[in-house]
Amino acid sequence: MNDTLVPRLPLGDVVADIVDVVTKSGKDVFAAVKTGFLAAYEPLEILFTTPPAWTIILVIAALAWWVKGWRLGVGSAAGLVLVAAVDQWDNAMATLALVVLASVVAIILAVPLGIWAARSDRVSAVVRPVLDLMQTMPAFVYLIPTVVVFLTGVVPGLVATIIFALAPGVRFTELGIRQVDPEVVEAGHAFGATEGRILRQIQLPLALPTIMAGVNQVIMLSLSMVVIAGLTGAPGLGRDVVAALTRVNVSLGVEAGLSVVILAMILDRVTAALADRAPVARALARS
Amino acid sequence: MTAIRVENVYKVFGRRPQEAVRKLRAGATRDEVKSLGTAAVIDTSFEVADGEIFVVMGLSGSGKSTLIRMLNGLWRPTSGRVLLGDDDLATVSASRLRALRRTTVSMVFQHFALLPHRTVLDNAAYPLEIQGVGKEERRERARAALELTGLGGWEDSLPGQLSGGMRQRVGLARALTADTDILLMDEAFSALDPLIRREMQEQLVEIQQKLGKTIVFITHDLNEAMYLGDRIAVMRSGRIVQIGTAEEILTAPADDYVAQFVADVDRTRVLTASSVMLRPGVVLPAAAGPRRAARAMREAQAAAAFVVDRDRVLLGFVRDSDVVDAARAGIPRLDGLVQTDVATVDEDTPLSEIFAPSAESLVPVAVTDDHGRLLGVVPRVTLLEAMVPPEIDLPDDTPADGPVETVVGAGATTVNGNGVPDGYEPLPPDDGVPGLAPDELPAARTAASAAEVAAAAEFDATTEGGTR
Repeated sequence: MNDTLVPRLPLGDVVADIVDVVTKSGKDVFAAVKTGFLAAYEPLEILFTTPPAWTIILVIAALAWWVKGWRLGVGSAAGLVLVAAVDQWDNAMATLALVVLASVVAIILAVPLGIWAARSDRVSAVVRPVLDLMQTMPAFVYLIPTVVVFLTGVVPGLVATIIFALAPGVRFTELGIRQVDPEVVEAGHAFGATEGRILRQIQLPLALPTIMAGVNQVIMLSLSMVVIAGLTGAPGLGRDVVAALTRVNVSLGVEAGLSVVILAMILDRVTAALADRAPVARALARS
Repeated sequence: MTAIRVENVYKVFGRRPQEAVRKLRAGATRDEVKSLGTAAVIDTSFEVADGEIFVVMGLSGSGKSTLIRMLNGLWRPTSGRVLLGDDDLATVSASRLRALRRTTVSMVFQHFALLPHRTVLDNAAYPLEIQGVGKEERRERARAALELTGLGGWEDSLPGQLSGGMRQRVGLARALTADTDILLMDEAFSALDPLIRREMQEQLVEIQQKLGKTIVFITHDLNEAMYLGDRIAVMRSGRIVQIGTAEEILTAPADDYVAQFVADVDRTRVLTASSVMLRPGVVLPAAAGPRRAARAMREAQAAAAFVVDRDRVLLGFVRDSDVVDAARAGIPRLDGLVQTDVATVDEDTPLSEIFAPSAESLVPVAVTDDHGRLLGVVPRVTLLEAMVPPEIDLPDDTPADGPVETVVGAGATTVNGNGVPDGYEPLPPDDGVPGLAPDELPAARTAASAAEVAAAAEFDATTEGGTR
């Protein structure tokens, strides 16, 4: 071990120590976070799993129809019926609750951060490498400290998912605002608008299609991470996928995996259609 | 009243702007301070009067866009003062600057800068929305502005559904809705195709005359500058190299750069009758007898002469043949011989509008004042020569001294600095006395032989009569 060119740097140990210290000193904070997430997750899960499957299917199909068209509505309904038919309904709804919660929190954090980064080159310069790190770090690695901090269950999965899914939200928001035609922003200034008004009435609306593409990415990353979070005992489809893997259970794997795909497709198409419904996107489509 | 006053303004973008300004003041060139920053505007001073259209013209990179953005504080000068009334935009507070932008100075952008998701009406009303004007009132006022720019009926369209010219009309209407005294127009018509551009220019002049706005217009198109500008500032490499009226810049360019620039301009749109008109060759009082007229015309070797009354009011012209016939018949006065179908223009008529009457007229086009008094004439040859830029000399086969010997039809003339043939002089309107001036005939010539006279007279008759 000692004949390597450079001495062994105990980076991992150092980080582990830091996590250790943080865990101990931030005990109360983490407890509060955990309580908060559980308080948000449980009603959501109840909301999705309590009603009979067909009501949920109808609601989702109607939503898909409304945002995009009847094809997506019918397709969504068919997909969800298939999920129910392979007995993955409850798992799928738990996963959906996790995705919704993680995505909402990630977007609430990502959009303001993206706006800040768009308005300040310095912030952008700091945020960018952090996002690079967050996106390229293997997804499993996030699970380790979150398990240390939050133990097993829903919360470590949620937290890891939020961190993992944050990056595209920030990036797309920054990109969207930065690529707003500078002349239009100038026009806002030239007519005496305040910064807040320019952000609200010019930059955000014009950046919205791009921001929505970011939201779509956040949701898709959330879904993929939520499944991985099954490793730490998060409920939902992930748990069955992990179980299928450990037991080499092909039929369970196929059914759970297929349910993930169906969920992913519905979420993707619906949010993509939402992006097309942004006022600017619609205005451009009409011209 | 001065609407805008710019005093020794510098704008340097870069790492050490103040140091760059110090060096520029000490005489460094733009290139020499490059390592310190980009000097976009250097030591610029000018004033814009109330109700004036002031055009800043220059090629890309000349600093004109930066300059106009300092007139509403989008950029702050690195050094110097930009005065809007009593406010110095270099030092004014952010909130006062916003107030000024709402009440005093608005802007029209090159690429329109409209909000794509808002209707034409809401785009035009946007400045009032910013000012906190109620929805009904701002829509009312926006509608009026759209009407003024010719967009009535398009209120509910989206900008994306309009053509470029119409979008810019929305941009203009938006600036008018703000109802500021000053309008900044940044290459406002440059993105439009030529026909639409022309139309917009005319409309802008019309609107300006109606509303009396002070307009600062940025362009790289000299024709546009000359058409719109009461005064024009020519910018080059961050500095203003010349400020003057279109005619001043055209006839007396400050340096080679400006001269080169104006070489391509459509001079006929800029130069006016008064700047090229000549002293009329033979002008006869109406009371003169045919004999005197015939003698004067013979001496001047002219085929026709203008006739004026006691107050120099133009009555028409007489032809040599009629005069000679009348003299033979013993008719005492010219009155009965005067042909009145003479083409007249006023002093401010651009040359472009003189071509048609000139082509159809037997005699040179007459330039008259408001009372119909004859001020001068514009012969066809002058029209053609005025289109040649001053720095381009035509082949010169005339002796340097002595009277001009230009045989009509030979196609050779000399041109002096003003694009006017030598031997003619641009005429101060007040010193023209009715009488004979053989050396200054419209088609001045002193010919060596009778044969040439005859040939010339014949030519005159055929060419001037030929278009009839």
